[in-house]
Amino acid sequence: MTEITSFPQGGIGQVHGRALILRGEDIDTDRIIPARFLKCVSFEALGNQVFEDDRLELGGSHPFDLPVNQGASILIVNGNFGCGSSREHAPQALMRWGIRALIGESFAEIFYGNCLALGIPCATAAAAQIETLQESVAADPSQTWDLNIHTKQLQSDIGSWDLQVESGPREMLLTGRWDATSQLLDHQAALKRTMATLPYLNDFVVSVQ
Amino acid sequence: MWDLHRVAELSGGSTQLFVGLHLIHEVTSPQAFAALQDKALSVQCPERTVATVDHIVPTINQNRPFADPLAEEMLSTLEQNCAHYGIVLHGLGSGSQGIVHVIAPELGLTQPGMTVACGDSHTSTHGAFGAIAFGIGTSQVRDVLASQSIAMNKLKVRRIWVDGQLSCGVHAKDLILHVIRNLGVKAGVGHAYEFAGPAIEALSMEERMTLCNMAIEGGARCGYVNPDDVTFAYLQGRLHAPVAEAWQRAVAWWSSLASDANAAFDDEVKFDAVSIAPTVTWGITPAQGIAVDETVPTPDSLALSERSIAEQAYRYMDLEPGSAIEGLPVDVCFIGSCTNGRLSDLKAAAAIAQGRHVAKGIKAFVVPGSQQVARAAEAEGLDDLFRTAGFEWREPGCSMCLAMNPDRLDGRQISASSSNRNFKGRQGSSSGRTLLMSPAMVAAAAITGQVTDVRTLLRNDCTPPGISH
Ligand code: SF4
Repeated sequence: MTEITSFPQGGIGQVHGRALILRGEDIDTDRIIPARFLKCVSFEALGNQVFEDDRLELGGSHPFDLPVNQGASILIVNGNFGCGSSREHAPQALMRWGIRALIGESFAEIFYGNCLALGIPCATAAAAQIETLQESVAADPSQTWDLNIHTKQLQSDIGSWDLQVESGPREMLLTGRWDATSQLLDHQAALKRTMATLPYLNDFVVSVQ
Repeated sequence: MWDLHRVAELSGGSTQLFVGLHLIHEVTSPQAFAALQDKALSVQCPERTVATVDHIVPTINQNRPFADPLAEEMLSTLEQNCAHYGIVLHGLGSGSQGIVHVIAPELGLTQPGMTVACGDSHTSTHGAFGAIAFGIGTSQVRDVLASQSIAMNKLKVRRIWVDGQLSCGVHAKDLILHVIRNLGVKAGVGHAYEFAGPAIEALSMEERMTLCNMAIEGGARCGYVNPDDVTFAYLQGRLHAPVAEAWQRAVAWWSSLASDANAAFDDEVKFDAVSIAPTVTWGITPAQGIAVDETVPTPDSLALSERSIAEQAYRYMDLEPGSAIEGLPVDVCFIGSCTNGRLSDLKAAAAIAQGRHVAKGIKAFVVPGSQQVARAAEAEGLDDLFRTAGFEWREPGCSMCLAMNPDRLDGRQISASSSNRNFKGRQGSSSGRTLLMSPAMVAAAAITGQVTDVRTLLRNDCTPPGISH
């Protein structure tokens, strides 16, 4: 239970830890963090509220409540995980609970981008492979895994799985440039050039103010 | 259009795109502003940034301070941030406040050929104008505030071609529910959905917005419709639209943007509008929809991959496979949201409500999408019409679309809702149930107290779907 350290920082070459499984297709962000918890001006309290309604419904048997899963950091899901709203509160809640990487069949796009912006890799694999991976995690939830971003592999004592990590995000994670702000701010001159050629900023100027 | 906005290629392989219009609201901006302060950054283009307040505002008593201290804190945080950075805020009492995806088009802020970003997934709405419009997360809100640009990967384009015309009593909402029902909630991942064809050309701007609004429910980050005369007619004379010679130059440029009829798409799917009936969702994803006269699908009629979510939906919704959706009693009827809270939506609902009365025991309420919509509706007497028919007439906001304000379902209540998401717990009760449908269908459900085929309540004067506005 002590594996959760600080939030992601710098280059992210690997994520080490226990894994937990959350089965189901199309798990939306309203389920990850119900809308009533969006009433906040900071993300701090979200870790305890992750999957609140699903957890209430299951009365303690939700994967995020099972004692064996406490301290796990790699979340293994199925398809279209994180669909629905753009709320960054969803990956923030997962991160604050302790999740540092996700593996699934597919991820909704905005959710994927939000995770990347927090330094949380989302790796994918075919449905059948996710299935067997989930089975081997379930067989021994106490084993630890290494998600290696360099080799795009997930490894443990019992074997190794090849995963996909998109090349752009992979590069950003490895170089620590997953936080895009500084990169974007590097191109001030180019930004001004773009602005100087856009018809709606020049030929027919329309102020929004 | 993509190339015009390109600033640079980034090391991760994505493109840095200039953002022409950045819309912000109280839910996804406070943490972004806080991050800006942490990094000692300022707002790059406050003059390209526009704020409103929509998600948390009460629709009954909007006097400050709000009864809910958290809501009050969120609004005052937004007010402070806007004042500090010189950003225009369309606040309560400004006359122009409303749901972000309603006000930007009606103020003429959203225009063809622009890039539009907002920390809200339904930003896809603005693609109805031939803009590239996408929802972003809070870290990206911070990026756009700081740099007026964003890192994006180019999307594939799937053209959704719709032949024919929508029938009487069938609206843009039915069309998009039908499309999502057929393509599923994830088919759009990595894609923009471009809607085209005779049925789309015949739609008003407000209907096109309904369509693009829900592209995200099909997994597509952007919706898109080629700009045409309908688009230009909608924009002309709006507050932020160009005037005089600038207007001519704008129209000339906008007209040049339309993708031509033979353009190559990554993929194309065809539908026939004539075959579409009023559509209702029965489950817990927007793809779980059926025509109002169909029955809840049985597991063996579904693809294998759809069965487990269907099983969850039967249980959660308490519906038997094979049972009729028509006649299902409802408790609450909600007309509003960024999908269907515009004037033509309220008119379509009013045409059904007129001269009738909400059934006993049903709570029915109408929440205009913006203050402008409210004023225009009141000028036509719609507020009185609704009140006389037993509906409540509320102040503008997101309301029970996601229930961050006091409007919410209670326990297992079922709502007939003109909003866009029927996810578990979406409308404020963790066991509450939502049936998505068009505003006219919601009005019909309110009158009869149960899911009803709106076509049975149409009068001879079938209101044409394309009310111009
Ligand atoms: S109306 Fe609903 S979907 Fe639209 S912006 Fe508001 S909460 Fe989001």
